[in-house]
Amino acid sequence: MNPDFIDRYARLDSPVHRLPAGRKLALTLGLVLLVALWPGAAWPLFAAVAALLVALAALSQIPPHFLLRRVAIAAPFALGMALLALFQPEGGRIFLTLLVKSALCLAAMLLLTASTPFTDLLAVLRRARVPSVFVTTLTLLYRYLFVLVDESGRMWRARTSRSFSTGRAFHWRALATVAGQLFIRSADRAERIYAAMSARGWEEK
Amino acid sequence: MHIPNGFIDGKTALTTGVLAVAALAWALQRVRATLPPQRTPLLGLAAAFIFAAQMLNFPVAGGTSGHLIGGALAAILLGPAAALVSMSAVIVLQCLLFNDGGVTALGANLFNMAVIAPVVAWLVYQPVQRLLGGSTRARLVAAALAAWCSTVVAALACAGQLAWSGTVKGALAFPAMGGIHALIGIGEALITALILRAVAAARPDLLAEAAPARPAGLVVLGLLAAVGLVVFVAPFACAWPDGLEKVAAQLGFEHKASATPWFTSPLADYQVAGLTSEKLGIILAGLFGILAVFVGAWAVARMMKVRSKM
Repeated sequence: MNPDFIDRYARLDSPVHRLPAGRKLALTLGLVLLVALWPGAAWPLFAAVAALLVALAALSQIPPHFLLRRVAIAAPFALGMALLALFQPEGGRIFLTLLVKSALCLAAMLLLTASTPFTDLLAVLRRARVPSVFVTTLTLLYRYLFVLVDESGRMWRARTSRSFSTGRAFHWRALATVAGQLFIRSADRAERIYAAMSARGWEEK
Repeated sequence: MHIPNGFIDGKTALTTGVLAVAALAWALQRVRATLPPQRTPLLGLAAAFIFAAQMLNFPVAGGTSGHLIGGALAAILLGPAAALVSMSAVIVLQCLLFNDGGVTALGANLFNMAVIAPVVAWLVYQPVQRLLGGSTRARLVAAALAAWCSTVVAALACAGQLAWSGTVKGALAFPAMGGIHALIGIGEALITALILRAVAAARPDLLAEAAPARPAGLVVLGLLAAVGLVVFVAPFACAWPDGLEKVAAQLGFEHKASATPWFTSPLADYQVAGLTSEKLGIILAGLFGILAVFVGAWAVARMMKVRSKM
């Protein structure tokens, strides 16, 4: 898995990128709260927010296809749950409102994450006095997520290169073995990381 | 089960947010008090592990595939407090970095997947595995049952939040979410048990290591989970197809019930409705369902044991 997929355009130089991460996060959250919690539909408001987002996206110099592709990846999740709303009186109207609201919020959040390195957001959380154990956990999760995804990929490749696949039950057990091994390796890695962190003077505040 | 932005309203967002933050604060305080410093990085690595394991696709049928959710697995491998912290980190990262689940629904998603799921799993897993004798097979059976229960209860909480927000009617949300997740839960139970078996085979110490919470801790967590479930699920229990309410409508005394605000009604409603045979039927069906899953889990664990001996 390529971490580039997330952070590729997070370090461009544009007015949107130069905005401090804390202010950007607050602005985005404000926008999302406004749209998501607005009771019912408010089409002029939605149109205004959409226009603002398009303007910001243009200003940020992030290629539109990058943003669109990420919207396309995340949107089906909202679609699935919105379908539930379709099967009730006035379902069509609720369905449409839900889709527009979630798409606008998704676009706002995407613009934030695509134009801000995640480590900057973590720094904002730390400054906002989120307990340090939790920020450390988030930081380690972000740092090792890609490492572990790659590691499970390598284990799976090694597994499949050594035997023919013989049906679903085998497949499930083999996958579970990879996941189990991944946990064992993660636990061992955590111990090595602790040793390395301690050697560098780390202390939990 | 990730709720996107715009699906829940202000009061639900606030309530779930408060509950989730309270539970997370409790878990963080507990982790700091009980977890030895050398295990702190494990919280982050376990979170990364859950995230990576969620990306493994288990083929189901006809080209579809399922994946691990991980609440039960985390609770069993790490203990409830550490699982709560790790799962919360996963949900927060999915929200902030991958835009999976809305910011306004972050409280709800945290509550369902990082609080309800591991806590329910732990509350089922601990007594059941002890009841069955604490052997590896007992642990696998208990883990499968715990994974199924945690998936279904988390889905019901999610349905309750959607219904409370007025997004989807309760009579629609509960059967739909509960039904789908009763099936997804079977996959979750199988995957959880299979992964635990793989861990137990290679490193039995890791499975036995999970620190059991002291009774006081369990009471706090259980209480928080129960409060949430009562808030989100109980008011809508009467929105299920209920013979009494149909009869009430026909006899024309429905207006008496609807005159009272709904959030004070459950108790009054239950005193009457609780005695009808249909309520009893639902409860019995639920118990029967749990029993059926339990038997299924037992059978699967038996098969696993035989295979692992070969």
